[in-house]
Amino acid sequence: MRWFIYGVVLLLLASGCRQDAARVADAGEDAAPAYGDTIIQGSIGEPSTLIPALAADSASSDINGLVYSGLVRYDKYLQIEGELAESWDISEDGLTLTFHLRRDVRWHDGMPFTSEDVLFTYQLMVDPNTPTAYADRYLQVVEAEAPDPHTFRVRYAEPLASALISWGLAIHPKHLLEGQDVSRSPLARAPVGTGPYRFVEWVSGQRLVLEANPDYFEGRPYIKRVIYRIIPDPSTMFLELQAGNLDQMGLTPIQFARQTDTATFKRRFNKYRYPASSYVYLGYNLRRPMFQDQRVRQALAHAINRQELVDGVLLGLGQVATGPYKPGTWAHNPQVRDYPFDPARALELLAEAGWRDTDGDGLLDKDGRPLSFTILTNQGNDQRVKSGEIIQRRLREIGIDVRLRVIEWASFLKEFVNTGNFDALIMGWTIPPDPDAYAVWHSSKTRPGELNFIGFENAEVDELLEKGRRTLDQAERKRYYDRFQEILAEEQPYTFLFVPDALPVVAARFRGIEPAPAGIGYNFIRWYVPEGEQRYDW
Amino acid sequence: MLHYLLKRLLMMVPLLLGITLISFVVIHLAPGEPTDLQTELNPEASVELKERLRAQYDLDKPLLVQYGLWLKRLAVLDFGDSFSQDRRPVVDRIAERLPITILINVLSIALILLVATPIGILSAVRQNSLFDRATTVFVFIGFATPSFWLALLLMDYLGVRLGMFPISGVRSLGYDYLSWGGQLWDRIHHLILPVFVSAFGGLAGFSRYMRSNMLEVIRQDYILTARAKGLSESVVIYKHALRNALLPVITILGLSVPGLIGGSVIFETIFAIPGMGKLFFDSVMMRDYPVIMGVLVMGAVLTLVGNLIADLSYALADPRIRNT
Repeated sequence: MRWFIYGVVLLLLASGCRQDAARVADAGEDAAPAYGDTIIQGSIGEPSTLIPALAADSASSDINGLVYSGLVRYDKYLQIEGELAESWDISEDGLTLTFHLRRDVRWHDGMPFTSEDVLFTYQLMVDPNTPTAYADRYLQVVEAEAPDPHTFRVRYAEPLASALISWGLAIHPKHLLEGQDVSRSPLARAPVGTGPYRFVEWVSGQRLVLEANPDYFEGRPYIKRVIYRIIPDPSTMFLELQAGNLDQMGLTPIQFARQTDTATFKRRFNKYRYPASSYVYLGYNLRRPMFQDQRVRQALAHAINRQELVDGVLLGLGQVATGPYKPGTWAHNPQVRDYPFDPARALELLAEAGWRDTDGDGLLDKDGRPLSFTILTNQGNDQRVKSGEIIQRRLREIGIDVRLRVIEWASFLKEFVNTGNFDALIMGWTIPPDPDAYAVWHSSKTRPGELNFIGFENAEVDELLEKGRRTLDQAERKRYYDRFQEILAEEQPYTFLFVPDALPVVAARFRGIEPAPAGIGYNFIRWYVPEGEQRYDW
Repeated sequence: MLHYLLKRLLMMVPLLLGITLISFVVIHLAPGEPTDLQTELNPEASVELKERLRAQYDLDKPLLVQYGLWLKRLAVLDFGDSFSQDRRPVVDRIAERLPITILINVLSIALILLVATPIGILSAVRQNSLFDRATTVFVFIGFATPSFWLALLLMDYLGVRLGMFPISGVRSLGYDYLSWGGQLWDRIHHLILPVFVSAFGGLAGFSRYMRSNMLEVIRQDYILTARAKGLSESVVIYKHALRNALLPVITILGLSVPGLIGGSVIFETIFAIPGMGKLFFDSVMMRDYPVIMGVLVMGAVLTLVGNLIADLSYALADPRIRNT
């Protein structure tokens, strides 16, 4: 799930100046871009460390995304573009990647950036003494070299589709980290990167301040300061936003639909809405006899009204999911078998599988045992609990006895998910821009603690996933992943429930925000506040 | 006296060891580990990598060995380094949280004493009067009010609508640009709501306590004697009765010493105050064992010391105890 964080980090970064002309032209009454002002963002958690190799939380990743840069990143359409790398070559056999680095890049402390820094970052990631959870994809590199200061080359033993984007990894400064214990480096609390913003100060538990880097290689960002205020309580954060002390936060569906629909709020803030990169699903433990029959899983999909979940749980701010990819992205296949809400069809399928109400108690049974199971979900996620309650009612209507248990996160993972000790569960996955889903669906990933915890095994899927991650051509990959989605839809090992919307809100004085498939953060350095509307002059 | 003190101090050592051992074992019983944040549900982290990470935190060693390692460091007063990714010393993490927690707790205890003592006395002196009943109702409402709810109401009304108080945090963002006096006022301004909310619930308990103490004392024979001597009512109440009624306060103050460093998660979260309660809560959620143990040891030491001080000062204040 967290491997996607690197993606998010990249999305935060700007996509360059080429869109300027278009935006100013259609901006109409908007004033000209101006430098200055401060944006104040709320953060629920305090960052854990500002060394990207070690960070695993979203607060750290948000900040690291502005301070550091990678060789490549995703652009606004979620396609890969260069960042520190001006260009790159992929060898004929797909095994060697050669990056040509920009020559005009300096670290925030003035030292020039070179390929030695990239090589050092690679060595840091694969060093067994580095406490990072992201080493595995770099361990697949068989050879890394820096033939000259502006060239970096890596070679793989087998082609790897995600190899290129894995170099979106934040590059760490060699001159400050070499020969040191990285987990105890002062950079953890005072980072030095190459990104659009420089670190200024971090007051523990209160705030973290960044300042525009005037020498940023894609141009100086318009907004002069970024302040992250640490506000652990979401209600407090919303009050601070209303009081004008915060400029940006993410809203919940109820805040978006019911609490911000006033004229005053709309004048002061702009709300945005686009599909989030995550989905929520109901997963069946395929080791349980009752779920081994595909017809039972298909029946459950027909018995659950997923539009009702979107309307009831998300207040309509989301969409029904049909598979593990985000609608509208290249890997998503909309042409898969659909399961409209149809209790009669569900009963038919269950009857075919042998489940009928033979004793007249209102519950379906087979061989004298009623159709009954428990759905588990984790505490602290209201959307999942509510989904469970609605599903419970719908399944009861066709004679399935469902119990719902809500369990504290650590116990949920350790006692139930990792050990396979569950009937069904409601959970969510982040949708990474790269469709490689090997870790979640391959039959080799069913050991305790691995992510195919429902025990899904399908030889064709295994083959598709192996080919998909070893193929570099996008069109060819799409064929594999389209077929993969067809199989998932047919077999229903998960019932994919919904993709919620991301609901960010930004103070109205900020201009230049252009929602795109990548969200709104991708062109952050081109956001600006017109001269007359700037609020903070310090 | 010295002998007694020595005996008490010596007894604290095995007690403290017992407390640490039990705490250490209990926090490790809870499912979950500090490396979970990095590795759980992370498609990039293989099983081998998880094991490697666990070994870096000594989590692969038997529990008692881990306890032994921890105890060895504690013997030289080293609480170790936090298991969070920045690996800062536990002492640093606690030290940056401690001042604000102590400040708020001291202010709130002072506020409770200042307000609850007179309420308790007046209620007792005018037992069953309108004042007594009104304050009884009031303090019970205070006792029953959830502090997070009160805090949110005050923040919404006084902070957002009237704009009288800052909503959360301990300083304004422009703090560095304020004058010396402005900075002082800024800090006080930020403290008013949190101190009020944290004291509000405590008023009830303490004023009822004060009231019942006072009621007991004014029924004593020596109060009757004092009145019989013809002393004025105020001298009887404030000199003779009050001094005796205040004695149990010493115990309460002694018991509140460990409370000084323990914050409340709920209100620190709501007011975005970086205090000890939030630190402890976050550490428990992250399974940051060294920080949890550091806070627990400090709390245990202060509890034991607080009890000792309470016992000693009780003896100093009350001749009846001193002589037995």
